[in-house]
Amino acid sequence: MVCLPLDAGAHKFRHMADRRLREFGCEQNLLSRPDGSASFVQGDTTVVVGIYGPAEVKVSKESYDRATLEVILKPKVGLPGVAERSREQFIRETCEAALLTALHPRTSIVLILQVIHDDGSLLSCCLNSACMAAMDAGLNMRCLFCGVTCAIDLDGNIILDPTAKQEKESRAVLTFAIDSVERQVMMSSTKGAFTTAEFHQSIAICQKAAESIFQFYRDSVGRRYSKS
Amino acid sequence: MSSTKERVGCVVLPGDVLTCGSELPEGKRDKLICGPGLRRDVDDVVVCKSGILRHKEPNLYWVDSQQTRYVPAKGEGVIGIVTAKSGDVFKVDIGGSELATLSYLAFEGATKRNRPNVQVGDLVYSQLIIANKDMEPELVCIDSCGRANGMGVFGAGGLLFKVSLGLVRKLLLPQSEVIQDLDSMFPFEMVVGMNGRIWVKSRSTQQTLIVANLLESCEHMTTAQRRDVLRRLSQNCL
Repeated sequence: MVCLPLDAGAHKFRHMADRRLREFGCEQNLLSRPDGSASFVQGDTTVVVGIYGPAEVKVSKESYDRATLEVILKPKVGLPGVAERSREQFIRETCEAALLTALHPRTSIVLILQVIHDDGSLLSCCLNSACMAAMDAGLNMRCLFCGVTCAIDLDGNIILDPTAKQEKESRAVLTFAIDSVERQVMMSSTKGAFTTAEFHQSIAICQKAAESIFQFYRDSVGRRYSKS
Repeated sequence: MSSTKERVGCVVLPGDVLTCGSELPEGKRDKLICGPGLRRDVDDVVVCKSGILRHKEPNLYWVDSQQTRYVPAKGEGVIGIVTAKSGDVFKVDIGGSELATLSYLAFEGATKRNRPNVQVGDLVYSQLIIANKDMEPELVCIDSCGRANGMGVFGAGGLLFKVSLGLVRKLLLPQSEVIQDLDSMFPFEMVVGMNGRIWVKSRSTQQTLIVANLLESCEHMTTAQRRDVLRRLSQNCL
């Protein structure tokens, strides 16, 4: 409805050199047609999400005990390929775990994500925007979730929220979805070679970083309801 | 994990735990009724929608959230659009996940011989008598005494538009400030459905559009801003 400039809701913070998230911001309810929408910015990575639902469902996709969740990820240019399909699946499974789909049987919830710009940590940005849009749509959720990506470079340093360049130069890229209640890992997606110790260290770093994203969720919802 | 009373009026997010009365013995725990947005999880009450926690005496709690998609609930009055006639029922679009049914006998004075005059595309203000997640919603246009009581077909020459469910609830409050402010400008007719649809009709098309635009923009304004806009409008336009 009313479109605020992005930096009106932007949340800024900085700490230690590479153990910090890039600046991030969000705008909710920016599209008028969908039931819920959000755009999430992480550094230069931007994703816009629209959610429709609970709405009518095609008979072929209907399930009698819960809502059918459909995730569509549109790349910046061209047709969606294997990488998009794989990300769609990660997002769908995370959302299925967080949403209380059993409350709306025989309906469909459609989540459409449009990549505006990809500068690394795309999957985590998609997850964050999906969560914001689901909150905007007023869907019933078990818990909130956020995505955090980290990269391990050739020297074994862990870089939080890497850019596309850092991702390319790194040995491994790990993305985790973290829930807001127990702060546990809901989903993990990894690429490259790493040791068990590095894996556990990455989870710990991402869990710590998730705190600031959850605080940001709370602040932005608070700002949204401050007028009523 | 603070007590429920302290958090009334505050913003809550899905996953927040409201009461931790589990350490108290069975008889001493506070009883509370969970409204929309709250659910019970073993001994705790857990929030499952983002919004503001509201409370009504003695022990009713719910989460007030702004959403646009309607989920049918029993007893609510909604504005439906008749989309099909099939046999002895009308199929009515109420904005939910499936079409609601409305029997042709559920109108005042209707009998098997004397069918109500309802055409496809008509607007009906009706009440939900069956609405749960497992069944098709069902509407009626009569109350329990068989009277129309304001329900039925309406809407010649007015304007129908959609707003968020939060705004509709604000408008339907007894002595709603928004309605009182608008009422002081010029006379108009209005039907408000709990499904987020509003129908307005005024003396001229221009006035109808003014009311519709004001209602749509009310959502994003504070009381002071709204009064200011209304004051300027009544000076300039009328």
